[in-house]
Amino acid sequence: MSFLRFLLRMDRRIVFVLVALAVVTPLIFPLNLPIEVTQPVRQLHSAIDRLPARSRPVLVSVDYDPSTVPELMPMTLAVLRHCFSKEIPVIVTTMLPAGAGLARDAMETVAREYPNLSYGTDYAYMGYKPGYSLVMLGIGEDFHQTYPSDGFGTPSSELPILKNVKNYDDIAMVVDFTASAAYEVWIMFAHQKYGCMVGAGVTAVMASDAYPYLNAGQLEGLLGGLSGAAEYEKLIDKPGDATVGMDAQSIAHILIIILIILGNIAYFATRREGNTTQTAARQQGASK
Amino acid sequence: MMRRQLPLIICFVAGMVMLAQNFIPPLTWIYQQAIAWARIIASIALFIGLISLVRVHTTKLKRKAPGCQYSYVTLFALCYMMLAGLLTRYHFFVWLHDKSDAGSTGDYIVSVFENAFNFQELFLNIQIPIQATMFSLLAFFIASAAFRAFKARTFEATLLLIAATVVMLGRVPLGQMIPWIPEITTWILEVPNTAAKRGIMIGVGLGMSSTALKIMLGIERTYLGMKD
Repeated sequence: MSFLRFLLRMDRRIVFVLVALAVVTPLIFPLNLPIEVTQPVRQLHSAIDRLPARSRPVLVSVDYDPSTVPELMPMTLAVLRHCFSKEIPVIVTTMLPAGAGLARDAMETVAREYPNLSYGTDYAYMGYKPGYSLVMLGIGEDFHQTYPSDGFGTPSSELPILKNVKNYDDIAMVVDFTASAAYEVWIMFAHQKYGCMVGAGVTAVMASDAYPYLNAGQLEGLLGGLSGAAEYEKLIDKPGDATVGMDAQSIAHILIIILIILGNIAYFATRREGNTTQTAARQQGASK
Repeated sequence: MMRRQLPLIICFVAGMVMLAQNFIPPLTWIYQQAIAWARIIASIALFIGLISLVRVHTTKLKRKAPGCQYSYVTLFALCYMMLAGLLTRYHFFVWLHDKSDAGSTGDYIVSVFENAFNFQELFLNIQIPIQATMFSLLAFFIASAAFRAFKARTFEATLLLIAATVVMLGRVPLGQMIPWIPEITTWILEVPNTAAKRGIMIGVGLGMSSTALKIMLGIERTYLGMKD
């Protein structure tokens, strides 16, 4: 019983240390746990895989800020690597001011791995435009009016990749990576209004929110959190940060579950003991 | 009278026209113009935000409010990043490099300043680690909070606890090795979760439609600062 009491009164700093160990240890000593690919991830991979090379571009929207980089950057890189390896043209943009640097970094990181592809012809960076949903609607009406220049100030009309892009009809698919409800707005406007295919990559806590759209066919596929990114890395056979991170996430999840179970055992055991003590006290009082 | 009625008339007319253009193709040009206008307004809103931020922090400094030293940091970071962004965007250092001889002291000094004002590098090496670190702290607090507060006190809490545990297990490789866990996880996400979310979404959608209608018809006026 004293152990259970200790659990109930345990200093939260002990929990912090346990979590830190659970995260750091697998990063130093990888377990290389097998990753099973789930259906939503496979769907997004297949949708991109079916696109013809050097045809209509994929619009990748990096709608997250640095706070969710560990979860969302690996999936952004994985999808970009998939597109680049298949020579599918990619237009990278963002609807968040803080996403501009991330979008550019993601594009440049992957572009360095594919020196045969060139900026302006195979990929382009459009930077940040204020207006969020208005930008999404604007693309549907006139891409060049919405983006008169790319993120570096080059006129859009001078970029070969954008030459034939007038609106969503000329975009093969939108893939949105976000930690907000941005993917819902892409579905509302790009998919429902203009009929463009939409795929999404979201944080793990948000993944459950996206399932109704996935089941309704409004989302082509879904990557949920680090596990989604790791599954995509497995599908393209290019292990990255997500694959490495899955061991740490596994151990951290197991630790949290163990903590929850122990917390409940301690709670119920001490409550029963409390009830027994109260009953005994009441009986003692009655006999007096 | 007009101060009260004019905004309501504008709202009604704008709402009706935007609604009508969905069904009357010749009115599409109004929609296209509206998008262009709204984007300009959104851009102006950024400047208003900037002015507001500067005003809040300069006021704090003037009043020597508690913690005002952080306002210096905010204003300095704001000015520095703005300057770095402008210098990078308009290729100022490229121009300076062209003006100075390659390998000269002047060229070296320009390179030093170019690195110090490299917007992308500042963003990647300062903002990303700071924000990612702040967010990463959540893992520790969630673990601690789950341990302390996630108790099966009632039937509903027990259901939530079991569902959460199964989904947490089913989303990681270790849990996926346990028989039935991946299948149950998928079922929880695709069936009860989707059903509940759809109900909420339809409710929200209907609420949004009715609120929009009330605003257009002038029934809901609180956005104008009016009570009725």
